[in-house]
Amino acid sequence: MSIFINKKTRLIVQGITGRDGSFHAAQMKSYGTKVVGGVTPGKGGSKVSGIPVFNTVADAVEKTNANTSVIYVPPQFAADAIYEAVDAKIELVICITEGIPANDMMKVYAYVKKRGARLIGPNCPGLISPGESKVGIMPGNIVKKGNVGVVSRSGTLTYEAIWALTLAGIGQSTCIGIGGDQIIGTNFIDCLREFQNDRSTKAIVLIGEIGGSDEEEAAAFIKKKVSKPVVGFIAGRTAPADVRMGHAGAIISGLSGTAEDKVIALEKAGVPVAESPTEIPALVKLLLSGGKPIFKSRLKARKKKKSSTAAKKIKIKAVKKKFAASMTFKGKQK
Amino acid sequence: MKIHEYQAKELFKQAGIPVPEGKVASDVAEVVSIAEEYKKSVMIKSQVHVGGRGKAGGIKYAENPESAKILAQQIIGMKIKGLTVKKVLVTVAEDILSEAYVGIILDRNSKTPVIMVSSAGGIDIEEVAAKTPHKIFKMSIDPVEGLQPFQAKILAYKLYRDIGQVREASDIITKMYRLFWKYDASLIEINPLITNQSGKVVALDAKFNVDDNGLFRNSEIEKMRDLDAEDPAEIEARDGGLSFVKLDGNIGCIVNGAGLAMATMDLVKRYGGEPANFLDIGGSSNPQKVVTAMKIILEDSKVRAILFNIFGGITRCDDVANGIVAAFEELKPTIPVVVRLTGTNEEKAHKILKKVKLPYGETLDEVVKKAIELAGIAA
Repeated sequence: MSIFINKKTRLIVQGITGRDGSFHAAQMKSYGTKVVGGVTPGKGGSKVSGIPVFNTVADAVEKTNANTSVIYVPPQFAADAIYEAVDAKIELVICITEGIPANDMMKVYAYVKKRGARLIGPNCPGLISPGESKVGIMPGNIVKKGNVGVVSRSGTLTYEAIWALTLAGIGQSTCIGIGGDQIIGTNFIDCLREFQNDRSTKAIVLIGEIGGSDEEEAAAFIKKKVSKPVVGFIAGRTAPADVRMGHAGAIISGLSGTAEDKVIALEKAGVPVAESPTEIPALVKLLLSGGKPIFKSRLKARKKKKSSTAAKKIKIKAVKKKFAASMTFKGKQK
Repeated sequence: MKIHEYQAKELFKQAGIPVPEGKVASDVAEVVSIAEEYKKSVMIKSQVHVGGRGKAGGIKYAENPESAKILAQQIIGMKIKGLTVKKVLVTVAEDILSEAYVGIILDRNSKTPVIMVSSAGGIDIEEVAAKTPHKIFKMSIDPVEGLQPFQAKILAYKLYRDIGQVREASDIITKMYRLFWKYDASLIEINPLITNQSGKVVALDAKFNVDDNGLFRNSEIEKMRDLDAEDPAEIEARDGGLSFVKLDGNIGCIVNGAGLAMATMDLVKRYGGEPANFLDIGGSSNPQKVVTAMKIILEDSKVRAILFNIFGGITRCDDVANGIVAAFEELKPTIPVVVRLTGTNEEKAHKILKKVKLPYGETLDEVVKKAIELAGIAA
């Protein structure tokens, strides 16, 4: 068992004749993923690593009965590629491409929702269900079949965490990178819900980073709806404010989106947060054996309360937080 | 990317949003000649990419060309939050009867543009949000359907009662919304939006941030980039295809992937060092990128050691290793360089690295600790 992808996944690769597309199509095929076709306009009728190429997604779906698509096309064409896949009734679209304008993604997101499809990414490494299917660019040799679900906003940082788990003998059910952009199709909550419902997943690792409030919302969801143990990690504790840290979505805006707020939110929801990716396996083992973790942010808060000057600082912080909360827009007309 | 107020007002003017008459100047003589040309009292506004310019003394009112000269001397060259003022905008001073706020942002949560208006303009809008949140009205706009005229009217009525002013404000909001899409903006803000003595609604200030990912189709915005306002190392990195942010510390970090780069910086701090930078060499395996990365970091004299943390996925470790060897030949670094390369083509990489014999860390934690130790910084 796994989430989103499994042995039944029938995959097409959009942009299969490009440098990245052709390389990863071959990688996915050799991992055992059922790569049933590829799409590049003008290259229909040819083959890449023995995979038939079609001119349009509609053609590919008609001939191969594909249900999943992975996109490697350049950013200026990627939004259109998502529309095309969803229009051809692909149920699950994974967009690897980095650099799609956020304003395009607002419209794409609305379309994907309306059509009831699922989009993972963009700007993500894809996902892998060890022993079943691999879609995207994650290296297949670092995973091990098992029962820990991994969800992350990052790429190589995810590999680091997976590798640490594998070295510690802890296998994974599905590892999924949801993407580093501001507007992404699938968020932490979507993945947490799936992992909670997946019988083969016994524990979850959530890897977040600065920017936005997805981790805080995930923490609230975990508190209410997730009974399985969750271990967290947050990147960007040393990131300065108002500077984009590589990922389009990794930016502390004003006072919101800091690593500290996210760590506190997760620990309040009973999620211990590792300080290094290499600490993740020990925390997973501890929780799976019913042990009680130490919540470091709580210890720090207690220490702070002891001195009166520190107490003042907390007061100021509370005011700032209140402000930050009022600046997160829920979007609806009020 | 941020553009300056004078550039944003140029875009406003092209779109038909009323702004006070004004010109940009980079020295005192220019300021004086602009003030003489207008024959009216003027505002001299520093053009730097930070908020709170007024409070810092970067915006001044000059009644005549003589006082404009004195004030320009003060403002040009002054430092605001670490940035030197190199340009000022000289505009005709307006009589202000009321001050409001209008802003459009890309809202991550609703995944739509959100328009905000407040009749409490002219002051820090974050302060309004903190103290009197009920004074800010927000509306989420369907990105597919777009802003409807009735929505612009609802927003305008939150600011004005006079139907003439309501019409002017809703026209301004509509034009702002079009600019938001035209230039891939992530934020457009007018604070304050004023009514002047003749009852007209005018944009007295302009803030305009655009999405870097949209720059490929907005060449006129790319041309507005103020290279003076950026760190030379960051420009060099961008030209070299690297994602780089300069920080204050002493341990240089070269990493692949943004998340891992941040996590590596965090560990540097945790083990007693200070990260000198954020640097993501990206997914492609071009050895030249490694050389550029090392060159940029070596230019920072504070850096006492450099660490490489590469987790090979698409990035091939042997390519990075070749880059490291090339960088050593070309740059001959005198500070310690500690390496960790794991993943795709790891063995090949280790063979290549034998040429330069570098200290090696097996794990992420180990490479960070070793770099700090070799840098000779007391933990």
